[in-house]
Amino acid sequence: MTLSIQEVQHVALLARLNLGEEEKEKYAEQLGSILQYADKLNELDTEGVEPLDHILPVFNVFREDKVIPGPDREEILANAPLVEEGQYKVPKII
Amino acid sequence: MSKDFETVIGLEVHVELKTRSKIFCSCTNEFGAKPNTNVCPICSGFPGMLPVLNEQVVDYAIKSGLALNCEIADYCKFDRKNYFYPDLPKAYQISQYDLPVCKQGYLDIEVNGERKRIGITRAHLEEDAGKLVHQGTISSTTFSLVDLNRSGVPLLEIVSEPDLRSSQEARAYMEKLRSLLLFAGVSDCKMEEGSLRCDANVSVRPYGQEELGTRAEVKNLNSFKAMEKAIDYEVRRQIEAIEDGEEIIQETRTWEEERQITRSMRSKEEAHDYRYFPEPDLPPLRISREWVERILQSLPEMPEKARERLMEEYDLSEYDAHLLTLTPDYLAFFDECTLYYQDGKIISNWMMGELNKLLNQKNMDIAECRIKPAALADMLKLIDEGRISGKMAKDVFEEMFETGASPEKIIKEKGMEQISDEAALGTIIQEVIDKNPGVVDDYRNGKKKATGFLVGQVMQATKGQANPALVNKILAEKLNN
Amino acid sequence: MDLYELTLHELQEKLHNKQASSEEIVKAVFGRIKDVEAKIQAFITLDEEGALDKARKCDARGDFSSIAGIPYGLKDIICSQGMKTTCASKILENFVPFYDATVASRLKEAGGVLVGKLNMDEFAMGSSTEQSAFFPTRNPWDLDRVPGGSSGGSAAAVAACEIPFALGTDTGGSIRQPASFCGVVGLKPTYGRVSRYGVVAYASSLDQVGVFSREVRDCALVLNIIAGRDPLDSTCVDIEKPDYTEFLRDDIKGLKIGYPREYFQEGIAKGIKDTVKKALLKYEELGALVEEVSLPHSEYALPAYYLVAPAEASANLARFDGVRYGRRDFEAENVIQMFSSTRAAGFGDEVKMRIMLGTYALSSGYYDAYYLKALKVRRLIKNDFDKVFNDFDLIVSPTTPTTAFKLGEQTGDPLTLYMNDILTVPINMAGLPGMSIPCGFVDALPVGMQLIGKPFDEGTLIRAAYAFEQNTDYHTAKPDPGVM
Ligand SMILES: [Zn+2]
Repeated sequence: MTLSIQEVQHVALLARLNLGEEEKEKYAEQLGSILQYADKLNELDTEGVEPLDHILPVFNVFREDKVIPGPDREEILANAPLVEEGQYKVPKII
Repeated sequence: MSKDFETVIGLEVHVELKTRSKIFCSCTNEFGAKPNTNVCPICSGFPGMLPVLNEQVVDYAIKSGLALNCEIADYCKFDRKNYFYPDLPKAYQISQYDLPVCKQGYLDIEVNGERKRIGITRAHLEEDAGKLVHQGTISSTTFSLVDLNRSGVPLLEIVSEPDLRSSQEARAYMEKLRSLLLFAGVSDCKMEEGSLRCDANVSVRPYGQEELGTRAEVKNLNSFKAMEKAIDYEVRRQIEAIEDGEEIIQETRTWEEERQITRSMRSKEEAHDYRYFPEPDLPPLRISREWVERILQSLPEMPEKARERLMEEYDLSEYDAHLLTLTPDYLAFFDECTLYYQDGKIISNWMMGELNKLLNQKNMDIAECRIKPAALADMLKLIDEGRISGKMAKDVFEEMFETGASPEKIIKEKGMEQISDEAALGTIIQEVIDKNPGVVDDYRNGKKKATGFLVGQVMQATKGQANPALVNKILAEKLNN
Repeated sequence: MDLYELTLHELQEKLHNKQASSEEIVKAVFGRIKDVEAKIQAFITLDEEGALDKARKCDARGDFSSIAGIPYGLKDIICSQGMKTTCASKILENFVPFYDATVASRLKEAGGVLVGKLNMDEFAMGSSTEQSAFFPTRNPWDLDRVPGGSSGGSAAAVAACEIPFALGTDTGGSIRQPASFCGVVGLKPTYGRVSRYGVVAYASSLDQVGVFSREVRDCALVLNIIAGRDPLDSTCVDIEKPDYTEFLRDDIKGLKIGYPREYFQEGIAKGIKDTVKKALLKYEELGALVEEVSLPHSEYALPAYYLVAPAEASANLARFDGVRYGRRDFEAENVIQMFSSTRAAGFGDEVKMRIMLGTYALSSGYYDAYYLKALKVRRLIKNDFDKVFNDFDLIVSPTTPTTAFKLGEQTGDPLTLYMNDILTVPINMAGLPGMSIPCGFVDALPVGMQLIGKPFDEGTLIRAAYAFEQNTDYHTAKPDPGVM
């Protein structure tokens, strides 16, 4: 099983990954073989099985509605590639 | 609108909950700070950071649900909604997908005297994103700036059923929703600050058709007025398109205030697929019935109840009672005023009349008003005691509004008190009679209208402060002697 | 014996008895690092100056309680304030967090001396540490072989006596497998036992921080420090934490041990099966009751894991978008391009693969067939364990199907590499505590035995591991990577 190049392209766009043509072909094949392996799960009848989305039997974990000031803006922005007027600068949207 | 088509509208409303801190971190939930000053590594999506849920947020969600007659879930969870955008720091928004905290509620609206029940599909919790500011216009800009102060502000998204049939109904729904949430005390619902936001799903269908038409989601509705105009525009656009034989596309459109149109926001590259899945970092919620009961007990009197009470206790018209119960601040002002002054109807008239006029002129909120309810009551008592006339009261009221001074102080300082002293008025009237023998003669010869001139002279002499009833009485006595 | 060869508890004793200062210990450790690091390449970042400074302060204070004055290392996925935290990825090459992970601050407060940050597979995705964007780490037992992964740097550094203990993370075996390959003790606590705050997330529902050490006692000492409720991690629960050193008793009489037949089947090297079976005999000899048990859904754990973990990873790694930190492509003309080219250049092949896989498994039309199906299977896997634990105190198995393999041997087909996790992944899927301890050698390469416990019962793991250690001498064998 391999994925189509279009499928790989679609997933790469969703995941925001620029892929070269060779990469697309490689991933089409690799993803295909892993998904084929995953199809093994279909051997199991899971009708009526509750999906396990939280492993711990824990509920209602809260914090109090209390304000604790964050770090200085300079500290937060120190790792940013590009900053202007105390804000993160990004290229245009479209 | 065309007679052949029925409009169908559903609204998606985002309300910012007015907690002290954000939903998943301890940053302040405050509007208007300098960019990126109300942030921390959690709401800025730094590596390794984890969310911890603010308990107050859940309280407010339950409270809102109860105010909107919703079912409160006994089990709910959070999910990740995945999409990339520069103002979404984690590139996913923590939201609720299949198990929202509230579902199946309703609210009642009234349009043209008719009552209508509008269904509420669900209300779920989520975090707000940051703000992206484009330099110049969105199409001509070369770069944008990201401010994350708003990132992580708690939101309740309230989704209505497609039960609304006109922009008028949509507005009534929004007004009612706002009123209910204000009364519940969960949000300050300020559209201009973005704490109340609305997207409209609009479609049309031929009358009689059961199936819904293809809808467009209209965004960027920054005021009630913009919402009404955008809906009306969108309905016209869709009907025209259908009549021209075009197909309506399901899409997101934005309201352009300057051009007064809706514009498609579709971008070719964008393939939307939010890939929701359960948020592993947050354990689910179990909401006990005791918890819900506790919140129910804390819910104040809601507007509908209050309206009935006002109509019954003070014999107010439904219309006045409705206006007085639009916001809790209004109702609180009225209720406090009645502690000092009996006649609710008179209070209501002043609130609906002078007070509203001045608030509107200054674009102010009643909470910011310098006139306190007790002061309004004091002023009304001065009128009853005849110490000021109704006309003078308007000037006094305006002065109170400007300075916040007590009515007593204002009439003292400005010498505005009405002259009701018979002896003093008698002397002034006698002087006027003496100065105008011709007019007096006219009167005595049968021209009864001549008194008007004489009253005017008395008023001029007293700078308008003479008690008019008393002037008329004394003048008649003197002229007829 | 040189100071660097001593275990954590032996160093504690030296400090207490004033037979060594913290400065001497730290100097000895850096001496060792200078000797062997060029061959092992366990560290991404070293901070000799900072460590010596901290050691001198410890000596000046003279307080040697807990781990005060003792050097250690952190896997480079654990955020350390003021010290680069790269996740062995180009995308975070220069990232310096201004905050500590909870585990890092707990070790810091206990007086530990952070020596540096340890190599790993990029974002913890891998089983050989060859997926590090910077360089591969070598197995001290055989420099041509991998140390395992993803916490390969942590395992190799502890095994080569570069540090007495280290922290790693384990999502599908990333502590136990390298511990097994390098012949050291590796503990992955119960999901929820140790805080994940400040630990860069791979798969949030599976990730757990744990300990590498050369002896079981050290593991208990460190777990005492890092375990326990953290208000900054909603999944780090408020369940009473015992003093784990109280389980260091050489007594396992009556302990009921199950060994799952599914963990001894074909695909597991014969030498490994024999070694672990021999260890089971040892347990019997020590008074435990050993019986075969069954975990029927075992073979489905791996395919389910390779849907759940990448799905979560696809969301967790989405934040690396070049806006707030990390690498950025400055040439891109618009935001979509900037995101896509930044991420394409910043992530390595395996990371991109898993992001793609996870995105696919969650995408519209495939969610039910893949992701949801995997969650249902996860339930079945957990039920298997619950059932066995009704009657047993402990489950024992091999940790890995093979001993350490050679560099480059498993870089082609991802599925081959994934098979390394086949015996460790189910434990993460069920959220259980797991431990790997040295239990013998095959062809002069260490073999690890996996101990699996009930939720929050790390105590029993430590007890059983300690008893085995006290009655065998595999833990005393040391590799000799040779001095340069
Ligand atoms: Zn914050």
